[in-house]
Amino acid sequence: MSIKEIFASMDYGKAPESTAMAEQWYAARDNKLLHFAGGQWQQPASGEFFETRDPATGAVLAQVADGAQEDTDRAVAAASKAAPGWAALSGHQRARYLYAIARQVQKHSRLFAVLESLDNGKPIRESRDIDIPLVARHFYYHAGWAQVRDRELPGFQPLGVVGQIIPWNFPLLMASWKVAPALAMGNTVVLKPAEFTSSTAVLLAEICAEVGLPAGVFNLLLGDGKAGQALVAHPEVKKIAFTGSTEVGRILRKATAGTGKKLTLELGGKSPFIVYEDADLDSVVEGLVDAIWFNQGQVCCAGSRLLVQESVAATLLEKVKVRMAKLVVGDSLDKGIDMGAVVDPVQLQTITDLVRLGAQEGGEVWQPDCKLPENGCFYPPTLITDVQPASTLAQEEIFGPVLVAMTFRTPAEAVALANNSRYGLAASVWTENINLALDVAPKLKAGSVWINCTNAFDAAAGFGGYRESGFGREGGREGLYEYLKADWETALHAQAVYPLSGASPTEKQSTAVSIDRTAKLYIGGRQVRPDGGYSLQAYDAAGRVVAEYPKGARKDIRDAVEAACKAEGWTLTTAHNRAQVLYFIAENLEARGAEFTRRIAQLSGKDEAGAGAELALCIERIYTYAAMTDKYDSQVHSTPFRNVTLAMKEALGVIGIVAPPEAGLLGLLSTIMPAIAMGNRVVVVPSQQYALLATDFYQVLDTSDLPGGVINIITGDQQELTAELAGHYDIEGLWYWGTAEGSQLVETEAAATMKRTWVNYGRFHDWEDSQQGEGEVFLRKATEIKNIWIPYGE
Amino acid sequence: MTNVLTLRQPGASKDRGLERNPGMEYTPELFAGLRINRSAVERRAGTIARRRSIKKDHQTAWLLKALSCIDLTTLAGDDTPGKVKRLCRKARQPVRKDILAGLGVADLNIHTGAVCVYHNLIEVAVSELEGSGIPVAAVSTGFPAGQIPLKMKLAQIHASVAAGAKEIDIVISRAKVLTGDWKGLYEEVKAYREACGDAHIKTILATGELATLTNVAKASWVCMMAGADFIKTSTGKESVNATLPFSLVMVRAIREYHHLTGYKVGYKPAGGISKAKDAIAYLVLIKEELGNDWLGPHLFRFGASSLLGDIERQLEHRLTGKYSAQYRHPMS
Repeated sequence: MSIKEIFASMDYGKAPESTAMAEQWYAARDNKLLHFAGGQWQQPASGEFFETRDPATGAVLAQVADGAQEDTDRAVAAASKAAPGWAALSGHQRARYLYAIARQVQKHSRLFAVLESLDNGKPIRESRDIDIPLVARHFYYHAGWAQVRDRELPGFQPLGVVGQIIPWNFPLLMASWKVAPALAMGNTVVLKPAEFTSSTAVLLAEICAEVGLPAGVFNLLLGDGKAGQALVAHPEVKKIAFTGSTEVGRILRKATAGTGKKLTLELGGKSPFIVYEDADLDSVVEGLVDAIWFNQGQVCCAGSRLLVQESVAATLLEKVKVRMAKLVVGDSLDKGIDMGAVVDPVQLQTITDLVRLGAQEGGEVWQPDCKLPENGCFYPPTLITDVQPASTLAQEEIFGPVLVAMTFRTPAEAVALANNSRYGLAASVWTENINLALDVAPKLKAGSVWINCTNAFDAAAGFGGYRESGFGREGGREGLYEYLKADWETALHAQAVYPLSGASPTEKQSTAVSIDRTAKLYIGGRQVRPDGGYSLQAYDAAGRVVAEYPKGARKDIRDAVEAACKAEGWTLTTAHNRAQVLYFIAENLEARGAEFTRRIAQLSGKDEAGAGAELALCIERIYTYAAMTDKYDSQVHSTPFRNVTLAMKEALGVIGIVAPPEAGLLGLLSTIMPAIAMGNRVVVVPSQQYALLATDFYQVLDTSDLPGGVINIITGDQQELTAELAGHYDIEGLWYWGTAEGSQLVETEAAATMKRTWVNYGRFHDWEDSQQGEGEVFLRKATEIKNIWIPYGE
Repeated sequence: MTNVLTLRQPGASKDRGLERNPGMEYTPELFAGLRINRSAVERRAGTIARRRSIKKDHQTAWLLKALSCIDLTTLAGDDTPGKVKRLCRKARQPVRKDILAGLGVADLNIHTGAVCVYHNLIEVAVSELEGSGIPVAAVSTGFPAGQIPLKMKLAQIHASVAAGAKEIDIVISRAKVLTGDWKGLYEEVKAYREACGDAHIKTILATGELATLTNVAKASWVCMMAGADFIKTSTGKESVNATLPFSLVMVRAIREYHHLTGYKVGYKPAGGISKAKDAIAYLVLIKEELGNDWLGPHLFRFGASSLLGDIERQLEHRLTGKYSAQYRHPMS
């Protein structure tokens, strides 16, 4: 086209980014990407390689080492060997390395960006303007945490070797989200990139070598699921951090269950994008472009579910269509495109199939008349209207450039629709009414809530999900705990600190003992008989039957969970009000001190002084958590643009608690008090030996203004009831103190709904110890952090 | 408050081609509920140009387009007939002939969109531009602050039109915006429009003095309702002049007005646009938000004085492959 013709047509033309340097980079490596372990490039043990391709053209970019068991062993061994030395460095020394990595990423930013777009298919504009700058930011930010870890996070230590498995949609960005905090906290890393996208991880390894990072601190394991599985199963790996599909997340949850490996999962989503009628609709349209037509919609937190108020639905959808018609789909390396190629033909087929299904189920599919390149994996921007909650596409993640739209009538209905999902990764809320925005944000089940913006990320703010979108946070202070363990955790005991009485009844037991009152279950603030109609015998320390207590079962757990779910008012009330109730409980417990002291002595065999001391400690503990209700504050993160990023600590909701069997009233209160202080409602299964203390305790609750359903007490066989709690889908968290097998069961069952679990792997707390028995970790486990991004400016 | 968007009917009104915007009844419900989210607007404005990359021949053609949309302007206390003559000759022949020939665009007869002067210099400009097809625009109504009586403002418009100005760049009363007197603003602009007669009216909002983007959007609506042919950001004399966020808000108002009435209102960012790269960013914004129909001097102008010089250097660079120098290009 001549200049004159262009002057008339005002077309954009093509603006290809040069790939020459990237091609040289591949060529200089013989077009082979190798493992990196112990500071050395390593051939695959099997000698096998697989191809990695440019999805925009189908061209083969390189051969990738196909990792398996032996490669994994080598990488983990290198990381293991390097771990003590790395952990022993000062924070400042580690900070210098991370800072150097950040600098190198910036210095080679264009090579990183071009490699990323070639390998993944994303537009060069995105890798250049979004991915790579954020990568550098993550290393800078965490260099800072390395520097100040000892001062800011005293009493913690690194985990050792960390295995990290990342997806193909943001290859280098996900690597940085995982590697930077792990190294900053003093761990060594084995990183397993996705098989489609290994290139930038190899360049990252080169940079680590260039800056002189000690051998074995960062190791790269290439390959597919085999390598990942071997990494997950490796006994030397102390933690697995995974980003990817919920399906694989479940497998990992089960595979690591009971092993004591820490686990964080950042999984799929079907994130709502809520538009109220007073929103700036033109800005909403651009928000949608950034939400679902960013990275071809291959974004775990993509705003893929548009919920728009009926009054503006027609207008908004018309505007969206006009905007969609302007989106340019083209070669990933063209600087003038909006959307590039999807990652692989398999993914293209999945998207195609799901859209077809959406149409079959009554959705109205709309695509602009948009030119797609003839070859390569391209899919047009797509809008599907007339989708209902019952539609498959309203529930299932598509992971492509496909927006589904639904309408709502009221603010409350928008929240209900938004939360009508198994996922809970992110949500976007558009309104010019701050009252509405700040009312809605806390009600959404989502780890990130973006007010009048979308897909905002930063190293200083935690990112992660609720429900089946996984657990754990990446970024911010909250993300650091995922790579640390408390010193006291290593000091937990292999043997019970308070030995169980053994409780084999002495001979010649008869039912002739005096049973002075009937212990019951405590559900919804009422004393109820167990559904099954069975009772168990309670023994004193000498093994004599002293009373009977109800044998709760499956249906009692069901009723208790229902009651707990209904008691939402407790979560919504002010921290001050909760504190008042906790203090009142302490007051009433003390008023009945003599009775409880006798019971403690009777069941534990402690003398009166010992029993009295336990009661005193119980009251002190309640005071601690009453105090903390309004002091475990949320945080405002310093993210680098004009907004307030609220890292809001929220109650999980309903937590199941299997109290420590060996610890009596102190074990019970040490576990339930932090949970309810933070606004959770609990279903607690008390120690069997000390069941009568729990059934005595509900009488204290009855006189303490505690709303019904906040604490529900189900006595019975702890093992059996643990299984019921673990299998219940409407419990957000489950804390378990019991056996190693029980811990494994809890973690395995949690895979179904991605419950937050906290288990002891058969080890024992010293509940009198101020570290093991109470503290910040109890509050942290009782809460989840939601980051709410609120840009401002008029 | 009712939002304009809730009144909006699906489907656009019939397009009126290049008919002049006649204005409409004062209808406050069309803009009263408007809310502009500044952060979101800034985000779009900050990324819009990075989404499109215009290189080589395309860049050349786009720069020529930008050039053809310039209101080549001098608005200084020391303007003289001599200075204005020089400016007018530059408007007629903005780029060295050898460069245009070398680029193969000699027969495009490129000239600037208009010449923009104070009232006292209209006549000399009109006479210098005779036969060129280049209109003379005059700033008016007590430009730049507009703090003179309405009667005098109207008299100034009449005088400028009589002197041969084909375009009148009026300034709105910022006080009417800041005090929420939208009806008063409407009546004022409507009176200007009538005073302009056949001359086209560009309404300068002085966006840098309107406090909020929401005010900018509302003022845009009121001016269009009152019959503006163009809405324009700034006088060039405010501390903040044309910006991409202001522009985004204004062109979205134009788009919505077109959707509602079928009439196309033009857009003129003015003040502070001096780089070829910035000019391209504005053209991209217009193309993306309004469409190709607006990409020409009939509906888009730059109010600029030094932009032309940078475009000339870029054009020579395209031709020779060497970075150019300012002295190689005739001054205005």
